[in-house]
Amino acid sequence: MPIQVLMPALSPTMTEGTLAKWLKSEGDEVSSGDVIAEIETDKATMEVEVVDDGVIGKLLVAEGTEGVAVNSPIAVLLADGEDASAADAVAAPAPAASEVPASAEAAAPAAAPPPAQSVAAEPDWTGPTVTMTLREALRDGMAEEMRRDDSVFLIGEEVAQYEGAYKVSQGLLEEFGDERVIDTPITEHGFTGLAVGAGFMGLRPVVEFMTFNFAMQAIDHIINSAAKTLYMSGGQMGCPIVFRGPNGAASRVGAQHSQCYASWYAHCPGLKVISPFSAADAKGLLKAAIRDPNPVIFLENELIYGESFDVPDDADYTVPIGKAKVLREGDDVTLIAHSIMVGRTLQAAEVLAADGLNAEVIDLRTIRPLDIETIIESVKKTNRVVSCEEGWPFAGIGSEIAMVVMENAFDWLDAPVGRVAGLDVPMPYAANLEKAALPQVEHIVDAAKAACYRT
Amino acid sequence: MAVKATKSKSKRASKAAKSNLQASGEELLQYYREMLMIRRFEEKAGQLYGMGLIGGFCHLYIGQEAVVVGMQAAITPDDAVITSYRDHGHMLACGMDPRGVMAELTGRAGGYSHGKGGSMHMFSKEKNFYGGHGIVAAQVPLGTGIAFAQKYNKTKNCCLTYFGDGAINQGQVYESMNMAALWSLPVIYVIENNKYAMGTSQERASAGTELYMRGTAYGIPGEQVDGMDVVAVRAAAEMAVQHCRDGKGPFVLEMMTYRYRGHSMSDPAKYRAREEVQKVRSERDPIDFVRQLLLDGDHTDEAALKQMDREVKDIVSDAAEFAQNSPEPDPSELWTDILVDA
Repeated sequence: MPIQVLMPALSPTMTEGTLAKWLKSEGDEVSSGDVIAEIETDKATMEVEVVDDGVIGKLLVAEGTEGVAVNSPIAVLLADGEDASAADAVAAPAPAASEVPASAEAAAPAAAPPPAQSVAAEPDWTGPTVTMTLREALRDGMAEEMRRDDSVFLIGEEVAQYEGAYKVSQGLLEEFGDERVIDTPITEHGFTGLAVGAGFMGLRPVVEFMTFNFAMQAIDHIINSAAKTLYMSGGQMGCPIVFRGPNGAASRVGAQHSQCYASWYAHCPGLKVISPFSAADAKGLLKAAIRDPNPVIFLENELIYGESFDVPDDADYTVPIGKAKVLREGDDVTLIAHSIMVGRTLQAAEVLAADGLNAEVIDLRTIRPLDIETIIESVKKTNRVVSCEEGWPFAGIGSEIAMVVMENAFDWLDAPVGRVAGLDVPMPYAANLEKAALPQVEHIVDAAKAACYRT
Repeated sequence: MAVKATKSKSKRASKAAKSNLQASGEELLQYYREMLMIRRFEEKAGQLYGMGLIGGFCHLYIGQEAVVVGMQAAITPDDAVITSYRDHGHMLACGMDPRGVMAELTGRAGGYSHGKGGSMHMFSKEKNFYGGHGIVAAQVPLGTGIAFAQKYNKTKNCCLTYFGDGAINQGQVYESMNMAALWSLPVIYVIENNKYAMGTSQERASAGTELYMRGTAYGIPGEQVDGMDVVAVRAAAEMAVQHCRDGKGPFVLEMMTYRYRGHSMSDPAKYRAREEVQKVRSERDPIDFVRQLLLDGDHTDEAALKQMDREVKDIVSDAAEFAQNSPEPDPSELWTDILVDA
């Protein structure tokens, strides 16, 4: 029986890819381990090997096809003695169930990628915009700042030749050379301390952590060396440095690779902490962070690197650190979120709207310093507030928001502050458990309704 | 006029020992004065601590003076220095004002960090002194990063990165050595081996006690040096500095030295015998050593040395007075220097 070759998932977050190139033609004989195609994922260009022996009966997807879903058939392999007509049978658009029982389910399209959120550019931006992914916006932000200031350099694991473990630093090595785009050994504690020392000397390092989980190896230098030296030196010596990389849960990568560090770093005086959602904010805030004379933690989210947004087309466009943004105006309840939770919160607001509740959505963008003014102004209007974050609840960002609201707008509250957060457990691996551990749109909807005393 | 130091006791034949062990009378007098300044300063700090005028941790450098004075003699003011919390001697050797250092110990506004750093945390951008770090070995990658910046900026400078025989067992030391060797960074790792990491002797803490060999796996050359002999220290430092200036990357110097006082002021000293300390004091004292060289070589006389001792004492007394009379920091200092205004 002919064998279907399926579009493989080549990373934890890949849902689709581009079939960049076929390396074999129809009629070619192949054996297990032969490379038959090159596939471009959200992270890299990868080679695809066949796992069976046979003859290529049919190539089902043309070279250069984008958006090929994981698990959809891309080729048909014929076993010994089978002829091309067998391939046609397998490749037919709606094969009879009896013919390919095993692959029918596998060939179903993978879970759809999260819907792209369209967030308007800064309201005061009236110039031209370009559409780009969050990943590209981060890269462009760094490149523009490196062009502007020779003291800015990028350092981290796989940032140069590999062009970023998540493809964020594409093209930077080529443009800026290996003196300014620096591959390190796997040595977080060491290279973070090294970068902080370079910062003491007035250079402006951008330190990429492959993910913020690995920055725990380096947290002593981030807090004790970078954040405190200005104070300990009576203002003589500071550290202009940006620590950036993916934060929070990715997808099915387990407990040690899935957690949110927003409240860890936001706890510490001497640090600024940024956690943007849209590409425009990510780019504008990253540029502001690089120009800032202080240590800045810049928390990205891997799951939205590939999402597209409109971004102001201007190399001097920056977003001020410490300013939240009201993404959606409403007067029934205030929903406060940052990073990937902003997307889910906007979706929740749509659901609530259908139910007659008009939610105001605030994207914090910066965690520290917290834009208390914007929060309080909104609470005075809606009198109800729900904080939404992916991190753990205990001593989380929601705890701080609740306190700030009590301190500044207690008399304006018509209901207790609500909190949506990740469950208070290490991240499980199983798909169903992982989903249950993470806050979903319906949790936000429920919490908002509770704050409005609606069921 | 030159003197040949003959008291060098390096266990290992040092290349440096064969090269430049000549110091002029003038140089010896200068080193003597600088070492004396550190010792008198530290003795005074110990007194002030006992009087309750200095709080918290206070780590004295007495016994180790030849290390910083000899190292400093081999660099220029444009080179950088970074060390741990046992930092008073390094600051004085860098030319920082004894008044500002002592006033930081007493937590006063006139201190280098306006009283916000304390004994362990002082810095001077002007003197290229980068602290003053309280986490054992944290200064090692920081110093490596300073060397990274020196190279990035295409200077010929180097960074003296001091740490102890306790810090040598921290992982970040090896992470740093690896990168320094990989990228040929101009950093000199100066291991001040005073034999005890707090109360744990080197033999109880280090598998393999030849600490100058610890860079070998990365191809970093190392030398063991008699850290009680300022001239031997200077000779080794000159060689290491030249190695850095020539673009050959890092160098390890293991300084065999000894601290006379406790790890900090609250050290019961149960881990070593009083006789051991006494023996080093009487046989290997770095200041007595230079004093003898000066007298043997007829570079000075007792009267002149006494006069110098008085001058040094006066400077230290003045610093102590300043440190006691300088006001406490204004309460508003609490909220300054947390972030730089963007």
